[in-house]
Amino acid sequence: MAGCNPQTEPAQAGKKIKIPIDPVTRIEGHLKAEVEVAGGRVVDAHVSGGMYRGFEQILIGRDPRDATQITQRICGVCPTAHATASALALDDAFGVELTDNGRIARNLILGANYLQSHILHFYHLAALDYVNGPDTAPFIPRYAKNDVRLPKELNDVAVGQYLEALEIRKICHEMVALLGGKMPHVQGIVVGGSTEIPTREALDAYAVRFQKVRQFIVEKYVPLVYLLAGPYGDLLKTGVGHKNLVSWGVFPLDNKGNTLLKPGVYTDGKDYAVDPAMIKEYVKYSWFEDSTTGLNPTQGKTLPNPNKPGAYSFIKAPRYNGKPHEGGPLARMWATNPELSKTGREKLGVTKLRDIGDACFSILGRHVARAEETALVATALEEWISQAQPGKETFVPTPIPQSAEGLGLTEAPRGALLHYINIKDQKIANYQVTSATIWNANPRDDMGQRGPIEEALIGVPVPDAANPVNVGRLIRSFDP
Amino acid sequence: MNHVFNSIKEVPVKDKQTLPEVQPEKTGISRRNFLKTLTGTAAGIGISQVFNPALIQALEKGLTRHPVIWIQGQGCTGCSVSLLNSVDPSIADILLKVISLQFHPTVGTCEGQLAMEHVYAVAKEYEGRFSFAIEGAIPVAENGKYCILGEMDHREITMVDMVQELAPMAGSVLAVGTCAAYGGIPAAKGNVTGATGVMDFFKTKSITTPVVNIPGCPPHPDWIVGSIVHLLESGIPELDYDGRPKLFFGNNIHDNCPRLDDYDEAFMSMSLSDPNGCRMDVGCKGPDTYADCYKRKWNSGLNWCVDNAVCIGCVERGFPDAMSPFYEPAY
Ligand code: SF4
Ligand code: SF4
Repeated sequence: MAGCNPQTEPAQAGKKIKIPIDPVTRIEGHLKAEVEVAGGRVVDAHVSGGMYRGFEQILIGRDPRDATQITQRICGVCPTAHATASALALDDAFGVELTDNGRIARNLILGANYLQSHILHFYHLAALDYVNGPDTAPFIPRYAKNDVRLPKELNDVAVGQYLEALEIRKICHEMVALLGGKMPHVQGIVVGGSTEIPTREALDAYAVRFQKVRQFIVEKYVPLVYLLAGPYGDLLKTGVGHKNLVSWGVFPLDNKGNTLLKPGVYTDGKDYAVDPAMIKEYVKYSWFEDSTTGLNPTQGKTLPNPNKPGAYSFIKAPRYNGKPHEGGPLARMWATNPELSKTGREKLGVTKLRDIGDACFSILGRHVARAEETALVATALEEWISQAQPGKETFVPTPIPQSAEGLGLTEAPRGALLHYINIKDQKIANYQVTSATIWNANPRDDMGQRGPIEEALIGVPVPDAANPVNVGRLIRSFDP
Repeated sequence: MNHVFNSIKEVPVKDKQTLPEVQPEKTGISRRNFLKTLTGTAAGIGISQVFNPALIQALEKGLTRHPVIWIQGQGCTGCSVSLLNSVDPSIADILLKVISLQFHPTVGTCEGQLAMEHVYAVAKEYEGRFSFAIEGAIPVAENGKYCILGEMDHREITMVDMVQELAPMAGSVLAVGTCAAYGGIPAAKGNVTGATGVMDFFKTKSITTPVVNIPGCPPHPDWIVGSIVHLLESGIPELDYDGRPKLFFGNNIHDNCPRLDDYDEAFMSMSLSDPNGCRMDVGCKGPDTYADCYKRKWNSGLNWCVDNAVCIGCVERGFPDAMSPFYEPAY
C-alpha cells in the first residue's frame, strides 16, 4: 500500500500543491493538517480538530464535585492533569486549603503520569518518525520513503527500547494506581485533596517501581533523544513557530503558589508574569457561534455550530495578550530554566536549558525539552516520596458552596491547562476548559494569525509530496 | 546557537537487542497465564466454570494472528491506553503474537490517505473475518460532522460513515468502552452531538454483525484481551442482557465486595479518606454495578476504586447520569 498518496508529482519550485494529511495519527484525538508546499517547503498550513463532545454543556447542572471525574474523560492519556485542574478550580471555589500530605499525594499521582505520558509520547507516538519498527502490523504500512536515517544497530536498539518502554509506562500507571486507585481515570483526586492516605507499604511499592522507571529515563530515554540529534541534526533548525510560550506552572511545593515547573509567559523575546485575564478565545475559524468570540474563559461560552461557513476546526483559538502562544514541556522548561541532565550537559557543553538557545524552538528541541523535563520531574518525585507521611490525612472535607467561582491553572504533560467553574445553587452553572491541545493545535484567530502548530509548519521541508514525513514529525513534536 | 548540538557524535551501541520475531505462528502465551487473565488475578476462582475443554485445547495449540481494525469516535483514547496495561499477555505479546492490528489511530505507524486506503483494503481482503473494534461513541447529529476520522480521495469520512461502511463487512464488532457500548459520557445529559452506542446505532441502520460490548470507563485490559481471545478460540462469549460477556460482568460488585461484612454491620466510612468501612454513605455505586473489579483489581491487581474512594458504576448503561452525583449515596 505504500506510496499510494494521490500527490505523486514532485513539489517543483514556484508551483504550489496542497497536501492533506487526515488523519494525523499517533496523537490523542482527531487532527487533520493541510499544508501548501512550494519549492519543497511548507508555505501555508491549516490544522483542524475534527471531534467535538461538548463537555461544557454536559457539565451544566451537575454536582460540582463530579467535575473531577467527568473532565478526566477529556483525555485518556492525561486524565490526571484534568483531575488536577478541576480539583484546583474546585479547591478555589470551595475555599479549601490542602494538607501537606494531600498536596504531596496529588504530586505523586500527577508526577507518575507525567513520566508515563512523556515516555509513551516519545517511544510509541513520535519515535516511529525516526525509527523503523518491525515489518509487521501495526508498524506497516508506512511511507515508502520515510527518511529513517538510523544505522541498523541503532535502529534495533531503539525498537528494543520501544518494547521495553511499553513495560515501563505500565509500571508508571501502577505507581498512579497505588495512590490514585486505578489508571486510566483515577478515583483519588478530589476537591479537598486526595482520597487515599498513603501507607508505608504503598509508598514502598511506589518507590520500588519508581527506581526502575527512573533508571530507564536516565539510561535510555534521555540518551536516545540526544542520539537522534546526530543523524537528524537538521531538525534542530526546523519548525520554529511563533516563539511565544505560556506555562501556568505545575507541582505545588507549598500552599503559597511555589511550583517545581514555573509559570511564565514569553512573548516576542520578553518574559512576563502570568495574568489569566490576558487570555481570550477566538472562534472566527472554529465551528462555534461567532457571538462567543474574544471571551476570557471566566466569561466563556461554548456553543457549537458545525456548519459555520469559513470555519475549519472544533478547536477554539486562545490568545494571550492577543498573540498565539505555544504550551508544553518547552514552555515550562523555558520558564523554569533548570540545569540540564548530566547527559544533556555532556552532549551540549552547556549548563542550563536556555543556554541551548534557538535550537529549542525546533522539532528536536521540543523532544529535548520533554526528555529533560522527564528527568527533572523524576528527581522531584524522589523527594516527594520521602516527604509523604504514612497515615497522615490527605483530605479535607468541605461542603459545596451555595455560589462561588473557581479557577484551576495547571499543566498537562502536553501543555497549559485551565479549568474554570461557576457554581450557583450548589450546581455547576458554567464550566470552561482551555486545554493544552487547544493552545497548540488551534486554527487562525479573528485577526488572521495562525495557530502555533500552523505557524511552526511554515518552512518545514517537504521535498517529496508523496512522503510528507516532516509534517508529521513537526506536529508530533508538540504532542497534540 | 545551534552550534551546541554540533558536538554530538554517534555513541557506540552498547546493549544490542534483537528484534522480535516477525509474524510468529504461535502465541507462545502459556495456557496458565491466559487463564489467569480470564479469571482475574486477585482471587483464584475455579476455571471449570469459565472454560470448556475445547477452548483449553485450542489454547494449547496456539493462535494465529487475527486481523483487527480499531477506530476511535467520540472517546478519550483511555480504552486504548488501558489496553496497553495488559499484564498476561503483555501488550507486546498481544500486538506481535495474538492480533494483527491493521489500523489503530494511536499506535499505528501510517497516517493520512495511506491509512484510510489501507483500512478499506484490509476490510475487503478479510471480509467476514476481521474484528472491528470501536472505541468512543458515534455522533449522529448534523450528518455525523461532530466526528471526522479522515479523508480519502477528497471525501471526508465521518465516524458515522466508517461504522456504516465497515461494520457490515466485519466478522465481529467489539464495542470497547462505555462510550462505544452505551454512549457513555458523550451521550450524557446536555450533549448536542447525538452520541450513540454501537448496538443502538446498528439498530437504526439494520446492521446485523454480532457485537460484544466491553464497557468500562475505561474497561479493564483483561476484559478487552479476554473477550478478543475468547472470540478467536470459541466464538462470541455468553452475553448478558446488555450485551456484555457474563464472564466479566456477571456478578454484582456489592454482593461480592470485601467490605460487604462492614455493610452488613452498618460499619460505614466516615469520609472519602477513611480507609475503613463500607463506602455507601460516601457515594459507592457498587450495588448498582456488575463487574469483577472486586476480585480482579486494577493495574496489575494493585488497587481498585472501592479501596481508594468509591465505585462510580462506570460499566453500566446508566453511566454517568444514573450514577451521579458520584459522592452522594444512591439511596
Ligand atoms: S463499599 Fe460499595 S460495593 Fe462495597 S459493600 Fe459498601 S456499598 Fe457495597
Ligand atoms: S469499581 Fe466501579 S467505577 Fe471502578 S472500574 Fe469497576 S465498575 Fe468502574
